[in-house]
Amino acid sequence: MTASSTPLVALEDVHLSFGANEVLKGIDLTVARGEAVSIIGPSGSGKSTILRCINALLAPSRGRITVNGVRVDALRSEAERIALRKRIGIVFQQYNLFPHLTVLDNITIAPIRILKENRAAAESHARALLERVRLADKVAAYPGQLSGGQQQRVAIARALAMRPDLVLFDEVTSALDPETVGEVLAVIRGLVREGMTSLLVTHEMRFAEEISDKVVFTENGRIVEEGPPAQIFHRSGNPRIRQFVRGLGAREAVQPGEGI
Amino acid sequence: MTASALPSRLSAAPLLLAVTACGAVALWLALDPSLGRLLLEWLPYLARGFAMNILISVLAMALGTLAGIVLGAMELAPVRLVRAAAIAYVQVFRNAPHLVLIFATTYIFPFEIVAFGHYVPFPDWVKAVIGLAIPASAHTAEITRGALQSIPTPQWDAAKGLGFSRIEALRFIILPQCLRRALPPWMNLYASICMGTALASLVGVHELLHAATDASTAVSRTDFTVLTYVTVLFAFFLFCYPVSRLTQRLERRLAR
Repeated sequence: MTASSTPLVALEDVHLSFGANEVLKGIDLTVARGEAVSIIGPSGSGKSTILRCINALLAPSRGRITVNGVRVDALRSEAERIALRKRIGIVFQQYNLFPHLTVLDNITIAPIRILKENRAAAESHARALLERVRLADKVAAYPGQLSGGQQQRVAIARALAMRPDLVLFDEVTSALDPETVGEVLAVIRGLVREGMTSLLVTHEMRFAEEISDKVVFTENGRIVEEGPPAQIFHRSGNPRIRQFVRGLGAREAVQPGEGI
Repeated sequence: MTASALPSRLSAAPLLLAVTACGAVALWLALDPSLGRLLLEWLPYLARGFAMNILISVLAMALGTLAGIVLGAMELAPVRLVRAAAIAYVQVFRNAPHLVLIFATTYIFPFEIVAFGHYVPFPDWVKAVIGLAIPASAHTAEITRGALQSIPTPQWDAAKGLGFSRIEALRFIILPQCLRRALPPWMNLYASICMGTALASLVGVHELLHAATDASTAVSRTDFTVLTYVTVLFAFFLFCYPVSRLTQRLERRLAR
């Protein structure tokens, strides 16, 4: 993929602190339209925090965040933040499906209530999305009746139902047992191939290498290195990155992470 | 299997008690037919009284629940002043005896209201509704607050991430999940408010206890007085017991 002239997402010198704890110490990052960017790095390096700043679930203490020409860091009203979030899908590590709603209602509630789509249109879109994540037979099930991998695929369908410009994936396979990781990754792979702009925080190194246009390595709230996957995974001059990639790669080798 | 057998075994005790009581009353009535005839004569009057209890309890609970849900959400509002006001209201009225509140509303509100030149009566039973709606709202607020706090924050994040505002998330995502947790204590509250309606007799509202007093004064027979008050007890039991059974059934059905 070619990097287009104006990136869809741009972070410039983003800082964020929780009390005295400085989590982000100046992050610069761009995601072009249609690009898939993976953020890797040790736990606690601020990866998830970056995602939450992009959809304004968290507000940075300093720096500029631009999404689709909108200055996210300058949004003051809830209405403005809502307008932004409608355009950005987010998928969480713990799926966070709504347990009191069926699979179909989980997917349609936001299009119906927020986008004011009519029910029939929202439901037919939801069924098409369920088809695509291979859960067409689970429309009437409740989240509690599904496996982790199935719940996560519903969560992806729920995010896609809003027809977002960008999807944020926050360690979406970290809570899954190894057998179901593959089915979730297969769905994401399909999305990326179709050109859905995606920003992923992940520990699935081989998956990140396979699907990403760009990989970003973060540690201690800073970006250590970024570049094409081949550079980060095989040609990095940074010993810390080489050690990290080798360590996780070895761990992952015993997991059937690429099942599908 | 044993889990489903347990509730039915528990329910056997009150049912047995009720059947025994019925049997005793039937025996008593058989021994003195005049007593039965008297009761039958007064039964419609007592029933009208009890209808008032049900009316007061349903209205007080409806009003109290609506206000209580709003107050419960206010107790967790991001604005400090809103939070403080709601907490103050809840703490004051949760700790006030129902009878005191009924007396207060009876004497604070006028007996009629002037609206557009018309005199609209403000009957005592409406004042009793308000008097009971106040503690009902304070208790519902606490039930709501507890249920809201039991919903994990990632549910809020998921709703916000989809573009729900705080109020919309509350309305469509969070409150519906509270229902299951809030239902049992809410039904208990209803039973308590329902029993509290008998207090309205003390401010002259024509409800069951008031009707029973009328009946026993009019007939002026000790055995009839006893039977009348047993009937009152029985009426409350017959109404409140199914409510508690229904609660248990709903709880089981909602516990998916």
